[in-house]
Amino acid sequence: MNLTEEQIERYSRHIILKDVGGAGQEKILQAKVLIIGTGGLGAPAALYLAAAGVGTIGLVDGDTVDLSNLQRQVIHFTADVKRLKVDSAREKIEALNPDVKVVTYPERVHAENIAAIIKDYDFIIDGTDNFPAKFLINDACVLHSKPFSHGGILRFDGQTMTYLPGSACYRCVFNSPPPKGAVPTCSEAGILGAVAGMLGTIQAAEALRYILGKGKLLTNRLLIFNALDMEYRQVNIRQNPECPICGERPIITKLVDYEQPVCDLRSRYHA
Amino acid sequence: MKLFINGQEETVSLEEASIAELLSHKRVEMPEMVSVEYNGRFLRRDEYERIRVKDGDRIEFLYFMGGGSN
Repeated sequence: MNLTEEQIERYSRHIILKDVGGAGQEKILQAKVLIIGTGGLGAPAALYLAAAGVGTIGLVDGDTVDLSNLQRQVIHFTADVKRLKVDSAREKIEALNPDVKVVTYPERVHAENIAAIIKDYDFIIDGTDNFPAKFLINDACVLHSKPFSHGGILRFDGQTMTYLPGSACYRCVFNSPPPKGAVPTCSEAGILGAVAGMLGTIQAAEALRYILGKGKLLTNRLLIFNALDMEYRQVNIRQNPECPICGERPIITKLVDYEQPVCDLRSRYHA
Repeated sequence: MKLFINGQEETVSLEEASIAELLSHKRVEMPEMVSVEYNGRFLRRDEYERIRVKDGDRIEFLYFMGGGSN
């Protein structure tokens, strides 16, 4: 693959980086990244990966754009309200960078479809908003040996870790989904829009560094930040021998769907 | 007793407290909201009552964060 004159100019600030260079930029242009959830995390991740020239970006989301999304989901604009999020996001990515091929999946991931969706991608970004999806993505990536970035946000807080086959997985830390109602969602508890951007761009940087094979990924450590006091910390984690999917005696050997959360306002008032 | 809780050194006046008592002392309303790493090992929920903390222990309360899309 040879970069065109236009590409050399477009990606010049990457190419002058010692750890990217022309060869690294070519790797980025050939890479395939899947973003599951085109919301608070997926929106900034998609924009930065598109700008970086990731060759193929897959977008999975069955939802339509809601007015309350626009406070943080920066890939969607006011005129996009009620449109499918994947259509809205595809349009922005294509306008930003014609080098990127966008593949859309206007659906939710579930135990039956996820293996086929992740199969063709090099790296997966979890930008979903619910625990059934987060555990399903972890399980699918562990069972199919796919690297992925976990991201979670709430109020002013964010957490992220990266899984590579052989490193600690999300279940090594969080064994199983919390009972419904124990952990509020962003729609119940709120989220500072910029926090979604901070975390989504960390996830995009993980994907790019994985593609380039440069630096130290967020494997075997959980990065936690609180943007109210702007404090970051890292917790070292390691593969848990009791992990139900990657431990010594795994009990999860095929994908299962946990009950999808009902976005119930009732739990907020009756908690 | 000195403990390292979430990376911070803290003096806690709870001798031989269980993890469950420590959670309640730290005002974690529901133990289901966190995963507990104790001296580098993640605990099962059924260990929270049994395990007694001692001077110098390192304990991390890692909160579930589910947000992202909606």
